[in-house]
Amino acid sequence: MAEKKKKLLQGNEACVEGALYAGCRFYAGYPITPSTEIAEGMSVRLPKLGGKFIQMEDEIASMAAIIGASLAGLKTLTATSGPGFSLKQEAIGYACLAEIPCVVINVMRGGPSTGYPTGPSQADIMQAKWGTHGDHPAISVTPAYVQEILTETVRAFNLAEKYRTPVVVLYDEIVGHMREPITMPAPGEIEVVDRAKVTCKPEEYFPYDDKYEVAPLAPFGTGYRFHVTGLNHKQDGFPTNDPKIIRENNERIMRKIENHKEDIWKNEETFLDDAEVAVFTIGSTARSARYAVNEARKAGIKAGLLRPLTIWPFPDRAVAELAKKVKAIIVPELNLGQMVLEVERCSRGATKVEGIHRVDGEPITPAQILEVIRKYK
Amino acid sequence: MATLKELSKRDELLSGGHRLCAGCGIPPIVRLVLRSANGPVVATAATGCLEVGTTIYPYTAWRIPWIHSAFENAAATISGVESAYRAFKKKGRIPEGREIKFVAFGGDGGTYDIGIQALSGALERGHNFLYVCYDNGAYMNTGIQRSSATPYGANTTTSPAGEVIPGKQEWRKDLTRIVIAHNVPYAAQASPSNWADLSKKAEKAMGAKGPTFLNVMSACPLGWYTKSEESIKLAKLSVDTCYWPLYEVEDGVLKVTYKPKEKKPLEEWLKPQGRFKHLFKPENRHILDKFQARVDLEWQRLLDLDGKRV
Repeated sequence: MAEKKKKLLQGNEACVEGALYAGCRFYAGYPITPSTEIAEGMSVRLPKLGGKFIQMEDEIASMAAIIGASLAGLKTLTATSGPGFSLKQEAIGYACLAEIPCVVINVMRGGPSTGYPTGPSQADIMQAKWGTHGDHPAISVTPAYVQEILTETVRAFNLAEKYRTPVVVLYDEIVGHMREPITMPAPGEIEVVDRAKVTCKPEEYFPYDDKYEVAPLAPFGTGYRFHVTGLNHKQDGFPTNDPKIIRENNERIMRKIENHKEDIWKNEETFLDDAEVAVFTIGSTARSARYAVNEARKAGIKAGLLRPLTIWPFPDRAVAELAKKVKAIIVPELNLGQMVLEVERCSRGATKVEGIHRVDGEPITPAQILEVIRKYK
Repeated sequence: MATLKELSKRDELLSGGHRLCAGCGIPPIVRLVLRSANGPVVATAATGCLEVGTTIYPYTAWRIPWIHSAFENAAATISGVESAYRAFKKKGRIPEGREIKFVAFGGDGGTYDIGIQALSGALERGHNFLYVCYDNGAYMNTGIQRSSATPYGANTTTSPAGEVIPGKQEWRKDLTRIVIAHNVPYAAQASPSNWADLSKKAEKAMGAKGPTFLNVMSACPLGWYTKSEESIKLAKLSVDTCYWPLYEVEDGVLKVTYKPKEKKPLEEWLKPQGRFKHLFKPENRHILDKFQARVDLEWQRLLDLDGKRV
């Protein structure tokens, strides 16, 4: 076997590698700490690959540009952090309804508002689901390691293309700025999903063809002319006031995710088989949790870790099953209580759910988690 | 207009001890503008070096009421403050004779790019305030990304100079002209190197009724790759090469306020700056020529308009 290519990379640099591996050839962005390294990396790399980097005049424009470029047939990316993620929300909702595949990276920093730009947070978890108005589908992936930022960015592109929807990659500033050695995947080693090809004649093409759950999207300029709008629309893309069509379309864009949760979910389970107490968390907090769980095991406590790499759609089944088996689920998170609400909802009272919350710009330590694990031994 | 002696006797409203870099062009601009106010001032600042560097808790360098809101809305925030002041005045909650000046500060990113909508709105509504843009030609606070104020050809972290693409490919947006198109009572370009000119312009702007604007050249040793002790000299070179002409538009009439005795070649300003280093490779000669031609054209355009209603 050939020697694998190892690199020492920062999380944000691994994101660039992942995006390029997935075939991303268009980036539009705006400087914002702690995600700027992604824009910087793309500005150097994309032109060499025949791709296009554009620095836009603000966050709203960046989001709009990746939607436009995606309609032209490219895989597109933007990256931001809390305040920028807020500004992008209207266009994210547009991409949900108009069903435009694209990927948005949110390197989470302390909030609200300008908050703590150089400090970590996990306080945009609910925003990744509910940031834009109206009922809408949401897919969000949550890497915790530099290697995983690469692979999860690829997966985000795959999910975006497969389900014709924006996908958010959420990781905190710690993971974004830390450096770890990673193994560069060889071409073909990781699955890359490309956009479904349109095979019908242009006159038979509907961008929201009701024969499909997810209709193929024809790139602009290939002879398939169609209408795209943020208004509720018919299968040909033109606005409609027909209650039946509005309902069906609104339900379909939710259903296309809901029906495929098995495909979208991804969990890492550590010591859960015989666990009596479990930790549920993501990102840098999961790194502390893994250490705490290992320490607990050494001390004879049957602790385990459920780490979702897909936070939206929420891993409701995995949590419900876990809740039946353990005395408690501990939910450490760098916010004042977001994932813990979902864990409580999915546990349906079957177990005790306890959050550990921190919003002082410092990480949750293994000792903090271990202390709570000990309560349930 | 205030003399240097008079200015020196006024209170220092931005204290020392802040965390802006050595050689940063921003503090001399802010200090001079605030001194020129000669009375109570309320300020707002967009997200950027000035905001971050002067207000890290538990310290503040501001000796006046000051508010930071976000990146894009310094002009909108000062609109609200100024409107509240007028309402209070109408109701007699602020005494008749008490005149308060309102100033918004923003960098080029927060003004030319993300903040231009808020700026345009505030200018159009006609609030009584001064907007000061400190233009150092990139997003320096996040680590030197290009802005629409970045000079043509400059190397930044998002317009990296490589073999095929030699730095930024677009011309600088002419924000001062955009502001002038709002028909404001006063707008000007200035530089801290020509301090008397800057102070006079700030005084005129704050004395006018309605929205006013100053676009001020601000050197950045970090982003320009220059020596910290050369910032004022470099600001002066930007003026003497006519890259950054000093002019004003007062009640619609344009006046070039400084004409260099000898217009220096643009290269004299570019050469000391690391961000233009690649332009001095022989194969990039044409870029320098193109840049010089553009500066000449813009300067001539201004001279043609000097003394005229624009």
